[in-house]
Amino acid sequence: MLNKLSTYFYQRPRLVLFLFLAPPLLYMLVVYLGSLFLLLINSFYYIDDFSGLIIREFTLRTYAQIFSPANREIFARTATMAFFVTITSAIISFPLAYYIAKYASRRLKTWLLIGVTIPLWSSYLVRVYSWKLILAQEGILSYFINLFGLNGVLQWILSFESIGGSSLALSPLGMFIVFVYIWLPYMIIPVQTALERVPNSLVEAASDLGAKPLQTFRTVILPMAFPGVIAGSIFTFSLTLGDFIIPLAVGNSKFFIGQAVYSYQGTAGNIPLAAAMTMGPVVIMIIYLLIARRLGAFDAL
Amino acid sequence: MTNHPSTPAVQFNKVNRYFGEVKAVDEVDLEIRDGEFFAMLGPSGSGKTTCLRMIAGFDRPTGGSIYLYGQDVSNLPPYERSVNTVFQDYALFPHMNVGDNIAYGLMVKKVPKPERKKRVDEMLDLVQLKGFDSRKPSQLSGGQRQRVALARALINHPKVLLLDEPLGALDLKLRQQMQVELKAIQQRVGITFIFVTHDQEEAITMSDRIAVFNHGKIEQIGSPSEIYEKPATTFVAGFVGTSNLIGGELAKRLTGSDQTFSIRPEKIHVSTTEKTTTIDTITLDGVVRDVVYLGLYTRYLVEADGVDIVVIEQNLKTTSMDVVSAKGQKVRLSWHKDHISRIGA
Repeated sequence: MLNKLSTYFYQRPRLVLFLFLAPPLLYMLVVYLGSLFLLLINSFYYIDDFSGLIIREFTLRTYAQIFSPANREIFARTATMAFFVTITSAIISFPLAYYIAKYASRRLKTWLLIGVTIPLWSSYLVRVYSWKLILAQEGILSYFINLFGLNGVLQWILSFESIGGSSLALSPLGMFIVFVYIWLPYMIIPVQTALERVPNSLVEAASDLGAKPLQTFRTVILPMAFPGVIAGSIFTFSLTLGDFIIPLAVGNSKFFIGQAVYSYQGTAGNIPLAAAMTMGPVVIMIIYLLIARRLGAFDAL
Repeated sequence: MTNHPSTPAVQFNKVNRYFGEVKAVDEVDLEIRDGEFFAMLGPSGSGKTTCLRMIAGFDRPTGGSIYLYGQDVSNLPPYERSVNTVFQDYALFPHMNVGDNIAYGLMVKKVPKPERKKRVDEMLDLVQLKGFDSRKPSQLSGGQRQRVALARALINHPKVLLLDEPLGALDLKLRQQMQVELKAIQQRVGITFIFVTHDQEEAITMSDRIAVFNHGKIEQIGSPSEIYEKPATTFVAGFVGTSNLIGGELAKRLTGSDQTFSIRPEKIHVSTTEKTTTIDTITLDGVVRDVVYLGLYTRYLVEADGVDIVVIEQNLKTTSMDVVSAKGQKVRLSWHKDHISRIGA
């Protein structure tokens, strides 16, 4: 009986393919793309200012709203943060990823990779709020800064309007530190994977042909690991773009995209505007992914 | 080439390289002459590649010194040595085209572009790859990659060119063709070539001199014919070609000395008839244990006095099959006394 069934399927490979692929494809279509589609539809509705009811008529007026100066500023602020978080993550990740890929012994490599990924196993909220405590006025970071007599430097940095605030825990700078910490593993792993695939003989060949270490880095290592950096940046950039917990917990009262979406769909009940604001990062990321694909980033995922 | 008056191209002075407890290279002394095609031959793990890597600068000796044309380079980084390497896997930069790969050494030394272009063209000419400059390495065959790797190394006019198992990844036909070509290129550019191989035939075909490595030490250095005809150790006798080792009682009876002797299979004649022998001939009676017909020659395994002896007889006559064809047949082996050599003589 079972034998006959196996033979039946063996003779119909297309049926087997269909049976295996149908459930995940259905899920993908309905849950993933379906919800995204609903989001898109909703963004073309608008809310009646007087009654607060959603009017289900096609309009572009909601999109016009997101180009208001206040919302434009939110987009700019979020994108700037995502940009700097990405750049910084890449710079911090590279030496560590290089060490893990090229120098660490097998044993050490395992431990380092566990070390990099272990924070991902603990609650994101707990980590964010721990950082709030670390960065607080009376927190451990201030304690060490005072210990080294650097409080003046900290106060000077915090006095800058664009990055500062009353304390690190309530400043864009503090938010930036937490973002970098939280998303760093997502950069380290793809960069390390990319570096792992650069044969040592290429590094030796460059050096053999007269390239000094910096030249070797610039002409061989970086170009070959670049797809990994792009792959990592997809994570750090998009995750920063959509996050609303970190700006809420750390930072000042200035909104980020995620927060704006959260408040529009929640207390304000303005689903259309929330949907329109969400389409912003979606569009940004689609453009980003298209560029990334051109740069060969998906070979390193 | 003996007693060359100029400074050696490469000189090892009691060089050691330890990896933890393992002595990869153990007190090696070595002199490679200017303009020589020199082979480092040995099984894997014998220390030959480590020696090559120390000349290139990828590895540093644990002890001893390495000289390049009289200059102590033991602690110089690779980019400060006028030595270039052709890697076993070619190590071509996959993100650059053939032209940029070849020009790499000139690019990092900031040679102006027109000059670079001119020299790349010269190199492409030398390795017969004209018009390939804009291809990517992934679009080339193994043999073509090999040539690009060679051109990329030679464009820098190194004093010494190192080749790490250069033909290992090529198929037999291409390998034989490249052997001839490499030799021709070496004679044209006139620089010292040092190449590492585990293929004794390749070492014999291409090199002026061979160093045979085993367990981190050099067992013998000499010309291919010296290595083949007068192996210094039982290891060399066994590793380079096939050898019959004769020692003990049998050696004493045949040669008057009980030291170990080596005789090559092709130097022995096998016959069923009792030929008249001259005073220079050594004879030995035995029984055929195995006969393998191999086209060009026939290989016999003959047992004599409890020792297995391999004999190779060229199939000069179609009738040679008639001479000995049956296992268990009694035969007489004979060879000229000059053809048996004492190990270490």
